[in-house]
Amino acid sequence: MSVSLIGRPMTRVDGRAKVTGAARYAADFNQPGQLYAVIVSATVGLGRVTDVAAAEVERAPGVVAVLTHRNAQKLPYLPHKAGIDPAVGERLHVLQDDNVRFYGQPVALVVADTLDHAERAAAALRITYESRQPLVDPTDQRAEKIVPEAANRTRALADRSRGDADTAVARAAVRVDETYDMARENHNPMEPHATVAAWNGDRLTLWSKSQYLVNEQAEIAAIFGLPAENVEVICPFIGGAFGTSLRTWPHVTLAALAARHVGRPVKLVLTRKQMFFTTGHRPRTRQRVALGATPEGRLTGIIHEGMGETSRYEQFMEALTNVTDYLYSCPNVRTQYRLTQLDTGTPNHMRGPGEASGIFALESAMDELSYKLGIDPIELRRRNEPQMDEAENKPFSSRSLMQCYELGSERFGWARRTPEPRSMRDGRLLIGMGAATATYPAFHAPASARVRLLADGIAEVEAAASDMGPGTYTSMTQVAAEFLGLPPEQVRFRLGRSDYPQTPSHGGSWTMASVGSAIRAACVEAQAQAARRAVADANLPVFGASVNDLEWSEGRLRRRGEAATGLSYQDIVARTGVPVEAERSAERASEVAERYSMHSFGAVFAEVAIDPDVGTIRVRRIVGAYGIGRVVNPLLARSQCTGGMIGGIGMALMERTVLDPRDGRPVNAHMADYLMPVNLDIPKLEAFFVDEVDPHVNPLGVKGLGEIALVGTAPAIANAVFHATGRRVRALPIHIEDVLTA
Amino acid sequence: MFPFVLEKPQSTEDAIAAAASGARYIAGGTTLVDLMREEVEGPERLVDINKLPLGGIRVEGEDLVIGALARMAEVAADPNVQRLQPLIAESLIEGASPQLRNMASMGGNLLQRVRCPYFRMLDAGCNKRTPGSGCAAIEGLNAGHAILGTSDHCVATHPSDVAVALVALYATMRVRGSKGERSFPVEELFRLPGDTPHLEHTLLPGELIMEIRVAGGPHSHRARYLKVRDRASYEFALVSAAVALSIEGGVIRQARLAVGGVGTRPWRLRNCEAALAGKRPERQAFEEAAQLATQGARPLHHNQFKVELLPRTIVRALEMAGEVA
Amino acid sequence: MTENPSESHPPGPIMSRRETLQATAGAVALAALPPLSATATSAPALDTNTVTLTMTVNGRAQTLSVDPRQSILDVLRETLNLTGTKKGCNQGACGACTVLVDGRRIVSCLTLASMHDGAQIETIEGLEKDGVLHPLQEAFVEHEGLQCGFCTPGQIMSGLGCIAEGHAGSPEEIQFWMSGNICRCGAYPGIVAAVADAAGRT
Repeated sequence: MSVSLIGRPMTRVDGRAKVTGAARYAADFNQPGQLYAVIVSATVGLGRVTDVAAAEVERAPGVVAVLTHRNAQKLPYLPHKAGIDPAVGERLHVLQDDNVRFYGQPVALVVADTLDHAERAAAALRITYESRQPLVDPTDQRAEKIVPEAANRTRALADRSRGDADTAVARAAVRVDETYDMARENHNPMEPHATVAAWNGDRLTLWSKSQYLVNEQAEIAAIFGLPAENVEVICPFIGGAFGTSLRTWPHVTLAALAARHVGRPVKLVLTRKQMFFTTGHRPRTRQRVALGATPEGRLTGIIHEGMGETSRYEQFMEALTNVTDYLYSCPNVRTQYRLTQLDTGTPNHMRGPGEASGIFALESAMDELSYKLGIDPIELRRRNEPQMDEAENKPFSSRSLMQCYELGSERFGWARRTPEPRSMRDGRLLIGMGAATATYPAFHAPASARVRLLADGIAEVEAAASDMGPGTYTSMTQVAAEFLGLPPEQVRFRLGRSDYPQTPSHGGSWTMASVGSAIRAACVEAQAQAARRAVADANLPVFGASVNDLEWSEGRLRRRGEAATGLSYQDIVARTGVPVEAERSAERASEVAERYSMHSFGAVFAEVAIDPDVGTIRVRRIVGAYGIGRVVNPLLARSQCTGGMIGGIGMALMERTVLDPRDGRPVNAHMADYLMPVNLDIPKLEAFFVDEVDPHVNPLGVKGLGEIALVGTAPAIANAVFHATGRRVRALPIHIEDVLTA
Repeated sequence: MFPFVLEKPQSTEDAIAAAASGARYIAGGTTLVDLMREEVEGPERLVDINKLPLGGIRVEGEDLVIGALARMAEVAADPNVQRLQPLIAESLIEGASPQLRNMASMGGNLLQRVRCPYFRMLDAGCNKRTPGSGCAAIEGLNAGHAILGTSDHCVATHPSDVAVALVALYATMRVRGSKGERSFPVEELFRLPGDTPHLEHTLLPGELIMEIRVAGGPHSHRARYLKVRDRASYEFALVSAAVALSIEGGVIRQARLAVGGVGTRPWRLRNCEAALAGKRPERQAFEEAAQLATQGARPLHHNQFKVELLPRTIVRALEMAGEVA
Repeated sequence: MTENPSESHPPGPIMSRRETLQATAGAVALAALPPLSATATSAPALDTNTVTLTMTVNGRAQTLSVDPRQSILDVLRETLNLTGTKKGCNQGACGACTVLVDGRRIVSCLTLASMHDGAQIETIEGLEKDGVLHPLQEAFVEHEGLQCGFCTPGQIMSGLGCIAEGHAGSPEEIQFWMSGNICRCGAYPGIVAAVADAAGRT
């Protein structure tokens, strides 16, 4: 191919749909005759429903049905677990019994002819509870730490140990041993969860916000005891998700249940407040990191003990301590992961799950160590740069961390930083500069895709993938165009339907690696089929040739070495009018995974300005340098990085879901009270990519970007806050009161 | 939301008559519609006053007169406001968002209700919303609550920014009711919660705010509003301060000072004002005066930092005002 | 706008917090009374009254029968099926529902349609003319002013307001005047660039 489409900064193919309002999100799929459902959420934190005064509400204007555990259909809830579901425990069975397990749990559903009628009736529904005091604070004395059950523990989640970390730390010449807290966060995508459900006999269509359509299809089928093919999930656009739409939450079941109950399509949209109840959250964590080092700054021991919160009914785990295993060279490393079961909904993955929280602790501790040693923080990392993954005893497929630090330092101007805390000022303001490492595994999961070459020259490409904002529509179009040799305008990439070829969840930074590889494979196969058809067609000039003597160039088939213009797909397909269709799957060869440790790396630099009088903390600029393998679309990739940095600003300085310990209610379940960055908070943001060729990760050489874009920003900011003020804040978010007296 | 009947009176008299018989005024609706949707408010009748002739901004002698229906954005952008009382413009654009400022009226801004999360949640005790139901905030999550003017029944802060500026500028307001008109200082609009936190202001039944009047003076051009918050915009104040200084011969002749985010109403600090009078506008004098601001403060479990932050905010605001050329 | 003292019920017996705790038999001290406010319980369950009004939406006059409670947002999305305008929070705290009413940007979630008889409303669907994008729409695509696209209609309508108000003179000014629209994906740098570009073009 003369001009590679992979690597080209193309604007979004769905840009026009998004700027005209034509892009349709779940709640935009109004159906003829549709009714509106509103969830009634429990107002106690633990207990059971003792009475529901449904009768008076059933007579209210416009009300069609009131569903509670008393009259809702008992659902089969056949066993179903996907990779994104906790391995231990069982999902909430909604409206199946009178138990209230956490504040905000759905306890009833009102269906009415208009949204106003449904909302009024839902508010009027009187529910009586027998309540007990829930336990929602993991730091409460009564909160019991549990060892997660073995069924839950993959390598990244397991307790691990090499050498003797405790002794090494105890005997180290220089030590850091601190505790780091991170607040509970909510994903708070701009689009609330929404499902429009419609039954046609025993077939169910769900227009539903999902990052994992094929699982939503399978799960709802299991819950209702249907064959999976009876359920179709449609979701062409996702209004941000960050992990919250990986699982199929109770509202999807409720929408389907209600639609069946009333025999009409039902639209159910969560309120913003309800987005804090049953759609997961980043678990609050408490971590201990102990580092031991020689006076020269060589790590001799690392201990990383992490605790995350989970619900009573499921053991949610995330890779909280995973990075500590491989990030630095150290002979003695011990990691441990515990859970605290609380009376709360089950947490779930939120952008950079586990790694983002874990690295805040590790990279804060590394920064603390650098001051104790009097060694530049970046130099400290250089001195502990490993030659291989010392936990797994295997080489990295590629690792560009030091190149990231070099490039980032230069672009950021790290050399201008004076090491002493409180030593840099701009007028009255205290200036601080901090750095931190970012890393995330380069995952890959089996995926499929279908390519259809049409008689009009268009290539249709389909996969049950999602695009929650990174630009899947565009980047997959580029991949298909590249491997078919077509201009992108001739490629129509479609996603967002569960009946398209199966893909993994849209999360974990593996969409391009997994779906992209499948599209590549399907394109290669389609091309081969087209060639075979061409040589079998007596009216085409390549008739009778061996396909081995032919070559494809820019989407045209010709004899190798010949100057002829060759045949386009259209020339071949138009002969019969029958499209060439190829479906292929791709997965990572197990021997590759056994041979290499595969991760992305990056270095993040932040500058903050703090008003010493009133404590306001403003980020002035962030520079990130990343080694993520091949970059498919630099324009989109930079967006994803700067978006991740903005998420990191939120994590570092704003975001915290506060629960009232008396009844477990989220007190700030409101967009004005759960702070996220607004436009004025955004400083100059720069993202760079080091040249990195990784021939091992997958045929495309891509490592993924969505998560690592967030990981690393919060510790870089926290480290900058220390540099500015001399105050080490070990709990995120860092607010004005934390630095006021610094 | 409860159903309601919307009335659209053609005259101020008709509007007042409707309100006197129990209907509620609505202008921009940015507070009321929000709270009606939460069913914290449930009026049976709404009186849409937007067609009444209560808008506009005019100058009368040294006075700036702002109609009650003038929108926040309109007031902030008005050349006379910017020229005569820049503090008002500055405080306005620090509040809410551009869209909300296009909607919210000045009268409604003054009467906006509190941001205490428990006030908004029908399943929590709140004496302001449901008299006698207790105050969930006092022993709950109260980082955003008041330290001044609180009672055992309510600790919510008044959320307005421009009200703080108007109190600092000794603005007055004219209201009309079925028994006629009266004028009084804006500061006197706001009640302390005491044991009747559900009574928030001193308007008589059916009284309608007509206009706000701000007298100009030498202080008007040495006036600044400082709003301290974790997010750079679109957030209510943790602490804010409106200051206006009149300086003659290098000495503060008169200081006007009110603060927000810390009081159960926009909080004028007379003791600080008195302490500044006659002093040179220097940091030490500012600090000494600012220390008086927290006299009588009753911090709660999560908002003790406001005791520290309040005087620092005042000092910084005084410095900013002192720097105005 | 205000709690009118004339409507407020006389304060009931004030319970101390201790009594409140006892009244709820233990742990859950927050919900001291049945979960309805004094004003709420006093409101009778009126039958829905509808009002008829005319609004011009994207240049087209529409005569509508609406529930007085309906916001302009819900009328657009549920009555007119103009789903380009988004409901992000329904509380005026995110800006996703921004439209222009009589030329000014407002949040349509807190705007009652029944109070806007005769209003001119412009939404995202009305910007494209004869298949040609508005310069601001074009700029949003060119400058990556979006990721997931959900806040985008509100951002663009707000951007139009920002430019019309004369608040797009510099990137810093745009940041200040575009802070009423939250973008969780963090496309802010592109949004600022797009508004600046379009302001320069128009």
